[in-house]
Amino acid sequence: MNITNILHQLHEADPEFGERISPRRRVIKNFTRTVSLAALPLALGGLFKRAYGKTNDVIIDTLNLALLAEMLEVKFYREALDRAGLINGAQDRAEITLIHDNETAHRRLVRDTIISLGGTPRSEPVFDFTGGNGSGAGPYADVFSNYVTFLAVAQTFETNGVRAYKGGAPNLMSNNAVLEAALNIHSVEARHAAHLMMMRKRNGHATDIKPWLTLADPKIPAGPQRDAAAGVYAGEENTTQAGQNIIGIGGKDVSQAAASEAFDEPLTAAQVMANVDPFVVP
Amino acid sequence: MNNTNTDLLKAAAGGAGLRLQGGYSRRRFLGFAGLLAGAGFLSLQACNNDDDTTPGPTDNGVNLGSGDTGILNYAYALEQLEAAFYTEVLRNPYTGLTGTNEEAMLRDIRDHEVAHREFFKAALGSNAIPDLEVDFSSITFSSRDSVLAAAREMEDLGVQAYNGAGKLLTSADNLTIAGKIVSVEARHAAYIRDLIQPGSFADTSILDPTNRIDVSKTPTQVLQAADKYIVTTINATALPTE
Repeated sequence: MNITNILHQLHEADPEFGERISPRRRVIKNFTRTVSLAALPLALGGLFKRAYGKTNDVIIDTLNLALLAEMLEVKFYREALDRAGLINGAQDRAEITLIHDNETAHRRLVRDTIISLGGTPRSEPVFDFTGGNGSGAGPYADVFSNYVTFLAVAQTFETNGVRAYKGGAPNLMSNNAVLEAALNIHSVEARHAAHLMMMRKRNGHATDIKPWLTLADPKIPAGPQRDAAAGVYAGEENTTQAGQNIIGIGGKDVSQAAASEAFDEPLTAAQVMANVDPFVVP
Repeated sequence: MNNTNTDLLKAAAGGAGLRLQGGYSRRRFLGFAGLLAGAGFLSLQACNNDDDTTPGPTDNGVNLGSGDTGILNYAYALEQLEAAFYTEVLRNPYTGLTGTNEEAMLRDIRDHEVAHREFFKAALGSNAIPDLEVDFSSITFSSRDSVLAAAREMEDLGVQAYNGAGKLLTSADNLTIAGKIVSVEARHAAYIRDLIQPGSFADTSILDPTNRIDVSKTPTQVLQAADKYIVTTINATALPTE
């Protein structure tokens, strides 16, 4: 990041900018007290918060949606890990623990980023992991007693997370550090999603599943649990990118399946929210 | 430079030129020296305003170009590398690969990388760089360990490259395309890592230990890491740096 030149240009554009970044002692104090080294570039966003409100609002809203998704996942994995007899074996437990720990770090990072931008992180709602809008009797009623259901929901949550970050990225373009952080979280969600798909294969829940999405097929058996997740997978069958038909592109042997797998699709904020909504108690 | 012209002639002859073990020595230091001289140490200079540097072969290596075009060519270069690698893996399968599900997955990965490569080629049109000459002589294709280690390296590097390039793009459409691809590379990376070491799909051997996020790299860093596999001199000096 070219700090020197950015500050110079900002000062030229906004002569009062110099006053906003003082008193310097307070800014420096915040850096050492509350900001981890890894989040240091993000804290610089706080220097701009008062001058660029409107763009910042979009960024904060986008991050708050991401925060909701992270909160959902952390609580979900925590509850699963605390449920004796749910997770099948030590290796699976270690992997779910890793995912939980990663999501916990993401939740903190997203929350800290919102704060550094002068925003208010949303509060954590109560979750209903059965997908029953608070009834506790949704289509995933056995989510913490049936490992098959649990891993399928985990796959769905991570897939929704990937598509949420992907869809939200353009909203973050005005802040390089925030965009970069979001992209660096996004790819980890994809790692999680791929791994969970292979866990489902390894546990015999879905025998022909792959670590990538083929033609929007979640490899969940037909029924209410598959139907309830439809919004998370819809659109992944897409095989046209920027006007290019990917099937057989360039005269190469790229099948419809491969063409759909090769690109993951974004979701809009409204779609992400609709997917999460059944799991949030109003 | 005679060797650069030779490389370009090879590239122009069609198809990514491929060097495997037993080939003649590379002069990769010349390519990298070009990179350092131009792009390495700009941190205290004024921001470059884009001068439309035309992408394509020049006397100083293949120029990726500037602006979004430069970044797309950069992505195209990496996809060329990956597609060539997996094509070779399947053409020359390691012991124990043939007929397995693992082979089917590597074939999928190959197809994805080909799709990515061809997408960029089509999207860039006349701005696309030519086919790069690659060098996999450092990989033992008969060895699963050697091949998977190289695959892991390339996939993780691809994730880091796309993640670092996102902020350099100016078009939201281009950012979305990059986003659609990087998550697939991350899926690849997770799969390969788990083959090598079960459970390592997203651990702190690759993620930042505090924030548990991927550690994005700059184009300079990525091209430096990929340099051992790419013979063609790549000129990245016109790429955006912020």
